[in-house]
Parts: sequence; structure tokens; C-alpha cells
Amino acid sequence: MSNLFDLLVAGLATGAIYALVAVGFTLLWQTSQTINFAQGEFVMLPAFLMLAAMHAGAPFWLAIILGILLSMLLLGLAFKMLLVDPMMRHGVLPLAIATMALAIGIKESVKQFFSAEASPFPSIVPTGDISILGHAVSLQSIGVLVVAILAVFGLTSLLNRTSLGHQMQAAAQNPTVARIIGVPVERMILLTFLINAFLVALASLLITPIYLAKFSSGEVLGQAAFIAAIVGGFNQVRGAIAGGLLIGVLDNLAASYVSTQYRAAVPLIFLIVVILFRPQGLLGRAEERTA
Amino acid sequence: MRSAILAGALLAFATATSVHAQAIKLADVAELSGGGATVGTNWKNGIDLAIEEINAKGGVLGRKLEVTHADSQSNPGVARAQVQKALDAEPYVLLGPGYSGSVKVTAPLAAEAGIAQIMGGEAAELTQAGNKFLFRTSFGQQSSMPKVAKYIHDEMKAKSVAVVWVNNDFGRGGRDVVVKELDRLGSKVVADLSTEAGQADFAADVGKIKSANPDAVFVYLNEEESARILKELKRQGVTAPLMGETTLIGQKVIELAGDAANGARGHVGLTTDAPVDLIKAFREKFSKKYNYVPDHNGLKGYLAVYMVKATTEKMGKVDPKKFADTLHGLTIKAADEPGILMDVTFSETGDIDRQSFLVEVVEGKQVVKQVLPKVK
Repeated sequence: MSNLFDLLVAGLATGAIYALVAVGFTLLWQTSQTINFAQGEFVMLPAFLMLAAMHAGAPFWLAIILGILLSMLLLGLAFKMLLVDPMMRHGVLPLAIATMALAIGIKESVKQFFSAEASPFPSIVPTGDISILGHAVSLQSIGVLVVAILAVFGLTSLLNRTSLGHQMQAAAQNPTVARIIGVPVERMILLTFLINAFLVALASLLITPIYLAKFSSGEVLGQAAFIAAIVGGFNQVRGAIAGGLLIGVLDNLAASYVSTQYRAAVPLIFLIVVILFRPQGLLGRAEERTA
Repeated sequence: MRSAILAGALLAFATATSVHAQAIKLADVAELSGGGATVGTNWKNGIDLAIEEINAKGGVLGRKLEVTHADSQSNPGVARAQVQKALDAEPYVLLGPGYSGSVKVTAPLAAEAGIAQIMGGEAAELTQAGNKFLFRTSFGQQSSMPKVAKYIHDEMKAKSVAVVWVNNDFGRGGRDVVVKELDRLGSKVVADLSTEAGQADFAADVGKIKSANPDAVFVYLNEEESARILKELKRQGVTAPLMGETTLIGQKVIELAGDAANGARGHVGLTTDAPVDLIKAFREKFSKKYNYVPDHNGLKGYLAVYMVKATTEKMGKVDPKKFADTLHGLTIKAADEPGILMDVTFSETGDIDRQSFLVEVVEGKQVVKQVLPKVK
């Protein structure tokens, strides 16, 4: 029982990070029909930007700020203007393939300019335990959960409670009508790219102390977040959140109660089941976007 | 005048070729570039240092040693081609490679040529294929794991042990030996956990360790995964003592795991931190020549050349065909041959028996806590 509790907490903490990344997936899909196969590498890169800033002499807090700003510049603005915009007019598939190429490019560049070996990364949450319901729970897990929940809460508040959020949703759901009623659609799309870059940088900051900074660490994360987004519902932010948490917990329970060798297969089997019986995802709506 | 010059040149040529003919030729194939560059460069520098020392003292049986170095690029395919090329030149002994995978594909070539191969690989299977020409410079798993099991049982007094291993040839080989030995000694394996190479998330594995509540945990993973599990063990508050091999307490693991590495213990076959005077002297000579502190691969390369020297002197002649037979079963004492650094015995399979060290990570540094004696 104690084991189950630990697994749930650890699974939720990992799942919360998957959720951040999966939300980015869904945002990009909704606003620009971009399937970003480099999303995992987008999570890996900010950690290296922060490490580079620290190597240049910046203290950790400054490195975090610089890392997030640089990520928004490179993975938000530059990604949209240099890759998505030129490729978009050729359709969804060429763009998806271009993001695969980008993933390889980012990975190999980090290997080339940084190192093929893993590097340690400081944690924003101190190590140690607190007691919850008689169970010792690590502060790191709690910290990751709290930061991720705050980020998701902030995002959903922005989307649902502000005029800016409503404009973003309008731009996502029906860009033609949104344009007619005066929504600056292009700016809204750019904003979602910047939000995605912020979310992946945050995920990077939370996950790297546990997974270590390594050029290949995006592969697992990207796949997990992609599955989470589909399972939860690719066209719903709340679906991506639920999918992320679910996949995180499922992965940990599978590793513990099924087998470590097959842990990676369990979320995929779950994905197949969801696609067969509820193709729009657990919380998704049947596709209603009009181009 | 012209004939005098010609005669002089001929004489010089004749002298040079006669010296050349007298030199004992060794061939080294090592990981001088690619992922194993640190391993191969240390190994090569160790070889060069030993040869320089031996030649300065008059060589082996009055003949100088000569070595050619070839680069395997850390790639088994390239290693095989380089070894074939080296064997075509009919060396006395083949040195290297350092990677087990490269040793595995090159050992049949050396055996076919009847040339002894002294290498750096540590995978258990290398010396279990019946190859009569292959020799180790460090422990294989079948030599180190019994010492690890004995330490866990005798010193850690662990009645129950969790064993975590990486699911590849290296991990499975070590796991099989240690589980068998623990069982023989009476320590019960209460959790036997296989993990994947490159695994990032160890929360579930550590959860299982926690619920098994063992007296000790044996961790046998590669360096990066070792660092990740050490962090997770600390995160989940596992307090059972941790035991491993070089891969648990290496400098890279300490750098990656930070505080979480403190207290971890590991069995180390060769370390330049060993409290042995001859090893300290080696470390000093090496550091002076190359301006850096060698790792255990530098020691291995150095020992390989002194194995050649001691075996040849034991035979009393330079005979490549008898070399392997002589080295099998040979005990070389450091008192007789200081270059061998510690007393060592070679088995009929080419494995070694030698004293080793128990290292603990204390405040981010490796500290040798105990010297573990030879098994026999």
C-alpha cells in the first residue's frame, strides 16, 4: 500500500511534466495544425541553454530567466518564422517531417557543441522529505507537481478568463470568422508558439535534475507527451493535462506491477485501446475545427 | 671517397637492421578516438611508459621492446580490421583493445594466428569461450562478483539483498554471478530488478526496493543510470547501504549524482588511489610524463607490458608460440617484478586473481576503505 502511494506520487509528478509538454502539443495543433515531433528536443534544449549561461558565469536564477527567454526566442519565435510559416503552405505532413528533421538537428548540435555525456543539473526544489498521511513524500515530487499545476492553472485561466485567451480560442477554432470580427489571428498564433516555448522550458527545468541533461533525453519525453496528448484529446487543453497525468501514473504502475521491460509498451497499448473505442481522446471533442 | 661513403652507409644500414631485428615487436590496437578515446589513450600512455622504463634498463633478455599503435576508433569493425593488419606484421604479442565488444570480435583472429592477446575488456564471457590465447589485465565479472558477494555477506552483514542490474550482456553477466554467490553464502535476494540501458525514470524500481526492505542494495548499472538511481534512492529516502562496482562510484557518477553518491560503496579492481607504494609511484611517474592523473586503464596498459616482460623472462627466450602456455597458471610477484605492481596469478582461462579495493564515496571523493585479498 505504501508502495502504491509512492508510485502514485512519483507518477503524478512525472505525469505533470508530461502534461506541460502535451499541452504545448495541443496548443500548436489547435492554432496552426502543427504536429511538432521535435517537442521532446524542445524540452531537452532549454536545460542546455541554462547550463551554458551558468558556465558563462551566471547564477542559477539568472540562468533560468535567460534560458526561458532564449527558449521563447529560439523555440517560439524562430521556430515559427523560419520553419513553420514557410512549410505550412505545403501542408501538415511536410511540416511534421520538417519537425522530425529539426529534432535530429537539435539533438546532434547539442551533442556536437556540448557533449555526448550526461551533465548534472541543479534542482529548484530542495531535496528532503515531508510527511503526508504518514507517508514520507519527497519535496522534489511535491515541488514538481505544484509548479506544473500552477503553470497549467495559469494557462487555463488565461485561455478562459481573459479577452486575450478568448481571442486565442477564437483564432484556434475558426480563424476566418475570427479575422472578420477583428481578432489579430497571426499574433494569436505567435502567442501560442511563445507559450509552448515557455511550457517546454519550464518542463525542462523540472525534469532535468531527475533525468540529467543529455542530448537524447528528449526522445522519451516527446513520445510520452505525444501519447498523452492523443489519449487525453488532441484538441483540448484539459485533455492533454489528464492524458499527461494518466500516462505518468500508468507508466509507473506498469513498471512496478507488470514489468520494467514492457513498461514502454503499456502506454502504447492504452493508446491503441483509446483510439479504437474513443478516437477523439478521453476528454476530446470530435474534430470541429474549420480551416 | 665515394666507395668509403657507400661502405659507411651499408654498415649503418646493416647495424640498423640488426638492431631492428633484435627488437621485440608488440602491436597495440586501442580506442584512440571515438567514444572510448579516454580508455584507449590511457591504455596507450601506460604502454609507452612501461616500454620506456624497460628499454632504459636494457630491455627484455637484452632486447629492446618496440610497439606500434593502431586506432580502433572505438568501433568493433575497425578494431577487427586493425587487428588483422597488426597480426599480418607477426608481432610477438598483441595488446588491446579495451572495449569488450572489440575484444570479442578480434580474439578469434589472434587465436587463429597463435598470438597471445593481452586486453582490457571485462565482460565475463570473453574468457569463457575456451580461447587459449586471451589474457585479462583486470578482473572479469567472475572474479570480481564473488568478492562483492562476500563483502555484502561478511562485512555488510546483509541477510537480504536487492539486486538492480541493467538488462544487457554486461549487466546480466554480473547479475548472474552475484546472485549465485549471494545464494551460496546465504544472503537472500529479495528483489531482482532488471532495468533498461538509457532508462531515465527509476521511481518504480526504487519503489520496489523500498517495499522489499532489504539490508543492502547491489546496483549494477552503467554510469549515467547509476547516477539517476542514486538520486532516486535518495529522493525516496532509501537508507539501506548501497554496494556496487566501479560503475557505481566512478568520478563521473559522483559528478552527476552529487550528494546522492555519498555513502555508496564499490569494489574496484584497479585504482590509482590504491594505498600501494608501487601504484603510488606509477601514478607519480605517469602524471609527470603526461601531465594528468591516469585512470585504471593507464594501469592496465602498463601492466600488459610488464606481463610480457615477466612471462618472457620466465621462458628465458622470445617465443611467441610458447608465450600463452607459459602465462597460464603463472604467478608474478611484485617483489620480483615491481612493474607488475601487485602480486598476480593467471588462471588457465586467462583470468586474473589479485588483491582489490573497497572504495566508499565520502563527501564527493573516493576513499579506499579496505584492501580485499586475493581469492586464492
